[in-house]
Amino acid sequence: MRDQHLGLTILVTAVIALVLSIVPLPTWAAILWPQFLVLTVLYWSTMMPRAGGLLLGFASGLVLDVFEGSPLGEHALALSVASYLAIRLHLLVRAKPIFEQSLFVFAALMVYEFVLWVIDGWSGHPLSNPARWVHTVTGGLVWPLVVGILGRFHTNR
Amino acid sequence: MAVFGSAVDRPLYGRGASPGLRLTGYAFIAVLLMYYDQRGHWVQRLRYALEAAALPVQELVNSPGLGWRALSDSLRSAATLRAENQRLLQRERELDLQVMREAALEQENAELRGLRAALPPLIRHWQLAEIISVETNPLRQRIVINKGGRDGVVVNEAVVDGNGILGQVARLGPWSAEVILATDPEHAIPVQVTRNSLRSIAVGAGNSGELVLPYLAVNSDVKSGDLLVSSGLGGVFPAGLPVARISGVRREANQLLAQVRAQPLASVDRDREVILLQFDTAHPAAPAPDPPIAPAPMALPKPAPKLPDADP
Repeated sequence: MRDQHLGLTILVTAVIALVLSIVPLPTWAAILWPQFLVLTVLYWSTMMPRAGGLLLGFASGLVLDVFEGSPLGEHALALSVASYLAIRLHLLVRAKPIFEQSLFVFAALMVYEFVLWVIDGWSGHPLSNPARWVHTVTGGLVWPLVVGILGRFHTNR
Repeated sequence: MAVFGSAVDRPLYGRGASPGLRLTGYAFIAVLLMYYDQRGHWVQRLRYALEAAALPVQELVNSPGLGWRALSDSLRSAATLRAENQRLLQRERELDLQVMREAALEQENAELRGLRAALPPLIRHWQLAEIISVETNPLRQRIVINKGGRDGVVVNEAVVDGNGILGQVARLGPWSAEVILATDPEHAIPVQVTRNSLRSIAVGAGNSGELVLPYLAVNSDVKSGDLLVSSGLGGVFPAGLPVARISGVRREANQLLAQVRAQPLASVDRDREVILLQFDTAHPAAPAPDPPIAPAPMALPKPAPKLPDADP
């Protein structure tokens, strides 16, 4: 069966995740706050690798670039790579219990942040503050929640 | 949406380019974009337009805060307003007196320097801007304001509040601009201790109440309570604007540099509005423009003021 409005669903969830990513927060919360847009892209790449595909990752990354003020293409590259990993490993990851999925997500987020970190360094914004890595852990921790919520919006394929 | 949805039934590895090939393609586009973004190419014009597209989302996300502000403004009692009015009138009188004295001092100063002609006013143009959103975390200390390129704002324009320097314009959209605060870890501002004219550089510490001065030798003459003003080097801020007050100095015998911390005088925690300043370059106190530097191969849109040298 084909989900009739899957494209629309993906778009709407991505926009909501974007709003969650840029909402103003107090300092401590901003450090812990997971990158919801990245998690959403990872979710759709894992569960519906054909629907969003790499284009979803690339486009979401460009949007993040605009909001974060990073060189245009930085988040796009990082998110394309993370999305690629999720698409390539989707059969493997999907079959695992949710706890193990969290570990995969953590690893993908580490890769994502690593790409950003490298580009930051090359482009002259070297920031080695350990706080930037915290969201990879919290992202893995909220993954079950993301699966629980986004899983309601499509039939399992 | 059709773009996402229509591909649902396509086999992943059958038709079309493989994910690996696609990743290569997207990565290539991303790198190309980054490269041209650095080089001030058409990508920057694209970005300017995208800033405008992003503004409604930013305003939407911050609308609860802005709405609360508007509500609390409109609900304030007459008594509070009267009291505030009283206070502001009082303050205005004090400032009037100060201005009178300052005019005399300026006159005297001009005579001492042997300047025949009257100096042009230092501030050529100023305007108020409202803060749309505030982002204060250890990696980024930025605010977005509601004035942009269409209002005559330019990149690197100085942003101050009533107490001192807040930061400078880092990114520009047609109707909005992003300001990098002096407390951002990527921002550095050339300062001078008023007590003894000692020059140094104050770098953001990544939290909204702190600057660090990492380049002061362990034996330099600074102490808690010293006022730091901008030194006029660096080409962004004119000399003499208040920046921060030294809040702590730690000297350890086995280290060459003192650990000096300062508390900025301006703060976005209190402000709703900021002042954008443009200076008359003819004025002696105006920020000295930097000599043009050949762009490095992968140099960035510079967030921090160009520092001549990091040495004390």
